[in-house]
Amino acid sequence: MATMIQAIRMALHVGEERLGVTDIFGEDVGPPLGGVFTGTQSLKTAWNTPLDERGVIGMAIGLALAGRRPVAEIQFCDYAFNTIDLLKIAGNTYWASAGDWNVPMVMMTPVGAGIRGSIYHSHSFDAQATRTPGWKIVMPSNPRDAYGLMLSAIVDPNPVMFLKPKALLRVKALPGEEIPGEPGDLKTLSKMIDAPIGEARNKWKPEWPKLEELYIPIGKARTAREGRDVTVLTYGRNVPMAVAAADELASSEKIEVEVIDLRSLHPYDWDAIKASVKKTHRVLCVNEDTEVTNFGEHLIRRVVEELFYELYAPPKLLAGAHIPGIGLSDNLEQASVPQKEGIKNALRELARHEP
Amino acid sequence: MSTTAQSASSSLASGSATSHGSENHLAPELQLRIHELMLKARVLEERLITMYRQGDGYFWIGGPGEEAFNVPLGLLADKGTGLQHDYLHLHYRSSATLLALGADPVDALRQMKNTATDPYSRGRNFAGHYSARKWNVAPVSSPIEVQYSIAPGTAMAQRAVGSKGITIVTGGDAGSAEGDFATCLVWSSRKGHELPILILVTNNQYGISTPWDGQHGEARVSDRGKAFGMPTATVDGNDVETSWAALKKAMDYVRTERKPYLLEAMVSRLNGHSSASGANFVTTEVDCLARFEKKLEERKLRTRSEMDDMRARFTEELLEASKRVREEPQPKPESIWDYVFADKNYVAGES
Repeated sequence: MATMIQAIRMALHVGEERLGVTDIFGEDVGPPLGGVFTGTQSLKTAWNTPLDERGVIGMAIGLALAGRRPVAEIQFCDYAFNTIDLLKIAGNTYWASAGDWNVPMVMMTPVGAGIRGSIYHSHSFDAQATRTPGWKIVMPSNPRDAYGLMLSAIVDPNPVMFLKPKALLRVKALPGEEIPGEPGDLKTLSKMIDAPIGEARNKWKPEWPKLEELYIPIGKARTAREGRDVTVLTYGRNVPMAVAAADELASSEKIEVEVIDLRSLHPYDWDAIKASVKKTHRVLCVNEDTEVTNFGEHLIRRVVEELFYELYAPPKLLAGAHIPGIGLSDNLEQASVPQKEGIKNALRELARHEP
Repeated sequence: MSTTAQSASSSLASGSATSHGSENHLAPELQLRIHELMLKARVLEERLITMYRQGDGYFWIGGPGEEAFNVPLGLLADKGTGLQHDYLHLHYRSSATLLALGADPVDALRQMKNTATDPYSRGRNFAGHYSARKWNVAPVSSPIEVQYSIAPGTAMAQRAVGSKGITIVTGGDAGSAEGDFATCLVWSSRKGHELPILILVTNNQYGISTPWDGQHGEARVSDRGKAFGMPTATVDGNDVETSWAALKKAMDYVRTERKPYLLEAMVSRLNGHSSASGANFVTTEVDCLARFEKKLEERKLRTRSEMDDMRARFTEELLEASKRVREEPQPKPESIWDYVFADKNYVAGES
């Protein structure tokens, strides 16, 4: 029962052992730290870079062009903004060269609020990411999906952005979210693969479990919770939050909410969205990015255009406040991005709305 | 071990400095080969400008004035596909390098006319924006310096597999102000991880309309390499033999030592920045082609009338080719959806 960060580390291990990953790199990604969230601890191809995000993305593009399999990390997505024209190039190279050069790289970066990260460790990146054509964008909400999406990202011949919901990185898997081959017990796994702190780390070697490959297809959503009354379209941190909100509404008010975990933001699973909307006729989009020009707005636009006559209520978007940052105080952070109570209120309103 | 050859003052580009190559002639056949390629590259750029003026293209940008440096670059590179050969991260003034590698000039006309037959971008990109994976020529993009951030990646890959190939990256003086140039210097010279990369700057002393002197405090761009412990040189890029010798020396160093080298070539910009500034020939800068032709005459390797005949023949050939290209199909509207995502890992050898 791994945490998400352990799942990512195990996927990268499988990547470098069996899937041809040649370079896993970024700021503090190599020894001794192995990533600020420990996601790259003990990986044999992990190395440290200069503190230069443009250099990190440029290096990944160059390695990919040379036929290598790079996985590059931007330590926090808040620091990816100065790489945007390089991300554009990674996304447009195959198209601009009319199929001459593909760019098989993975860029991973922690996103979102929830760890009291204040103004520069709380940004979301899904709105920017989905405005960068040529990239596939994935964002897991549990350890099993993180593992399976990372393996799919690694073997994809295109640039894939792997957004890590940082509030969920240390959350333990739920039953049904196991990674094939991992020991069932978190303590056992931790003893095997988590490096000890301090001097002991220098001599320590991980004992990797015999992991099986699991590929979560890019472009396929998952129904995180079934329901008949309202559909929630969400991803990452807001998935378990929406499921918790839905569970509470079911027991207190008999409102049955369906939660669609998109998992892939591009390409996204329109068939799954369509099927759920046709069932519930009510839609709530939830994500943490600022609400103006938000990916949820795109989903709502498409729902309105293609499923207008299915709708019993105007679709709603619950997203981050359109303000320049996320403040440190709990009061400020919670007022800035969706919380469980806000999701419940929005669902209640949608469920009760009569056409 | 700086080998800085000359001052980067404007006197270099204007030609008043002494040429270094004169005592060191290249073999006559090589001189003739270089001349032919320089002339073809020049005539190609003239044809592209004419096409633009006649409405057979929307924008021209190119490299008249860089031929004396860019032809030797293409001839000296180890051309091929994959890690065992050189990678070239060029800019939009690199037509002469492409011709020296063996590119068909008619393909450049196709890109100018944005036809479906344009092999570099299928009608998607401006003239001079080459891409040739068969020769490890990475796609040229319009942002002027991003190649300096990307090039260390191919060099890193070459280092990892113990390749004999090197990575060559080139850009202009104006773009060296961008952070990517610093990125290239930093990433190429990490202690114990030095990269086999030849970092080139063709210094034409302008960024569109802005003179270099007003924006740069450093005497030479190449001086910046010294802080990173790499050998550097600034040379007269308007002189064929100086360019050849400087490139050869720098490449030999990178090939042998597997470490970075920063080489700055002072060049001319003979038709301005692009069609946006008129693309008219400027008479105030050194014309490297005229200068080399004068030498060939003096050395009795080619007569003026032979060279005039060659120019007339190339001009005629490209005129005829441009007429044929005009009749080639434009890309179909629905082709915008082609090549968004790859289904195979072509760069790793899948096909």
